[in-house]
Amino acid sequence: MTDTSTHKDEMNPYAALQDDEPPKAPRNQWLDVWDQFKKHKGAVFGGGFLMFITLAVLLGPYIWNVDPQKLDIRNKDVRPIWTAIWDSSAKILWHRPFGTDNLGRDILANMIAGGRASMAVGWTAMLLSLSIGTAIGVAAGYFKRLDGFLMRMTDLFLSLPILPLLLVAVTLFRQPLRANFGPEGGMFILIVVVVGLTSWMQTARIVRGEILALKEREFILAARSIGTSSGAIIRRHLLPNVVSPIMVSATLGLAVAIITESALSFLGVGFPSDFPTWGKMLADAVPRMEQYPERVLLPGIAISLTVLGVNYLGDGLRDALDPRIRGR
Amino acid sequence: MAQVPLTVPPEVKQKMREALGLGAPVHIQYLKWLNQFFIVEPQFLIDWMTRNSFLFGWLPDTQLGMVYDAELQKLVPQQRNISWQTRSPIMDIVIQRIPQTLWVVGLAYLVGILIALPIGIYSAYRHYSIFDQTGTFITMVGFSIPPFFTGPLLIVIFSVTLGWLPSIYDTTHVVNDWASFKYQLSQMILPVMVLALQTTAQISRYMRASVLDNLSQDYVRTARAKGLKEGVVVMVHVLRNSMIPVITVIALGIPSIFGGAIITENVFGVNGIGQLLITALFANDIPMVMTITFIFAIMIVAFNLIADVLYGVLDPRIRYD
Repeated sequence: MTDTSTHKDEMNPYAALQDDEPPKAPRNQWLDVWDQFKKHKGAVFGGGFLMFITLAVLLGPYIWNVDPQKLDIRNKDVRPIWTAIWDSSAKILWHRPFGTDNLGRDILANMIAGGRASMAVGWTAMLLSLSIGTAIGVAAGYFKRLDGFLMRMTDLFLSLPILPLLLVAVTLFRQPLRANFGPEGGMFILIVVVVGLTSWMQTARIVRGEILALKEREFILAARSIGTSSGAIIRRHLLPNVVSPIMVSATLGLAVAIITESALSFLGVGFPSDFPTWGKMLADAVPRMEQYPERVLLPGIAISLTVLGVNYLGDGLRDALDPRIRGR
Repeated sequence: MAQVPLTVPPEVKQKMREALGLGAPVHIQYLKWLNQFFIVEPQFLIDWMTRNSFLFGWLPDTQLGMVYDAELQKLVPQQRNISWQTRSPIMDIVIQRIPQTLWVVGLAYLVGILIALPIGIYSAYRHYSIFDQTGTFITMVGFSIPPFFTGPLLIVIFSVTLGWLPSIYDTTHVVNDWASFKYQLSQMILPVMVLALQTTAQISRYMRASVLDNLSQDYVRTARAKGLKEGVVVMVHVLRNSMIPVITVIALGIPSIFGGAIITENVFGVNGIGQLLITALFANDIPMVMTITFIFAIMIVAFNLIADVLYGVLDPRIRYD
């Protein structure tokens, strides 16, 4: 007995060194990020919802090809089809699943068109504020001479209240922009530019902090010692290392842009009145919300869920991109 | 000039423009505006305070804004900034509107802070508990739902369906007995709720992060090792240290009390400063818009300064060289 057991031990001297399973391929950093991201339920929901909304507003008009502007006055004030569940006498039409408004325009088509406007403003304003913020943050962090001036400018912009500023800007610049770019195009440019110009400060601050820390690291010193120019150092060594904070502030920027656009439309100073957006649909429905609460609820829920999804996505990205949290 | 009849010939119009000082160089116009805003209008403000206000009404009436007119042989008010909509001095309208804004928006800010601080402390203390998870979810929701949706939603629930609260804020309501006080309270609940949700969401997030930072510090372990009670450790040691960044956030948010509640004031019909700004914008009332936005600017600069100074006073580790 003892003999066989010792014999057995001698048989596999390398057993402890061998793996129980076949060796895995080396893992990509982004796979780790994805694994951590999947653990955050809210973030997965948020990302999924944002993708759903974006796809819906992009592909929706091809699937549900009803003109959102078409008036159908005979079929006005149609309730959504689910109203029939509790109110069998309600006026519903099967080819108008979300009902129609007080001029007989199809609400589903309006929701899709309104979402297009909100999403377009949100994404463009976010990209604009990201590029401004990153440029200023990198310049302030990398070039010491610019730091003081740029950061004081950031403080200045941080103290601007966005909504009053936008209202004043709309009053001042609406006419010239409308004359040059048409009523919708001019308003789009105005909203995107003002939202972009007033929301880049957080990105700039975060990027500057990261760049200040990265600049003192050895790999930058090495790059400089072989004669790499400042532009190449920024492009190849610094920017790839600050991608994660930029992505997190991108989500926040998207949320802010969507809310600001809806608020402007709600106050009636946004897009022209025949151009549907979620904020405008909500504002139009408020006077008659006692009879038709769904017309307030549908755009309101769409705005809220989109912004909630974007915020959760940002939370999840922050956790997933932080190597100290990853793997816990 | 916009209301001058079309029958007035252009050369007369030109003379009217020059008489109004529109032909003067830009820097002269600017200096005149500065004089108007920083010297003349404050004199009227002091006059108003010594005449009508509750705090300084006992002082003798200063009559600073008056000038002696030789022709009429009596004191007449100086030229003032006039609103194009109402043809009355702008500062008087602003003074009329400020109490509504302060009552509704200021109270909402206060309520929001009072709710947010305990939530922030407790959810940081019980990190990852059910309370923390619910709290984080609610703050996220409060962050995401815009006030122009929560406002109508609350009106539908509490005014239309349940019929408990009025949906429109009645500014002319006078509080003189218990019943009218109760009515005042009930009409303030909805706007305060909408605004407080946002404040709570923001401040409780800051508070939670700040307390979390402090709970893992060495001095907390030392305090516990000394045998201090848990209540003393959290409510005295940790709380005092974690209030430092939160107080600056609170101070920075105060200017938004005066300006930021444009949407909520619009939804509930509170005729405060935000509503004044938006009606002035719609009416192209440029002098009014300029005055209000300039007041906002002064507020923002002042409270930024206060926040910076407070930061240095509260935290002795920070020194401005």
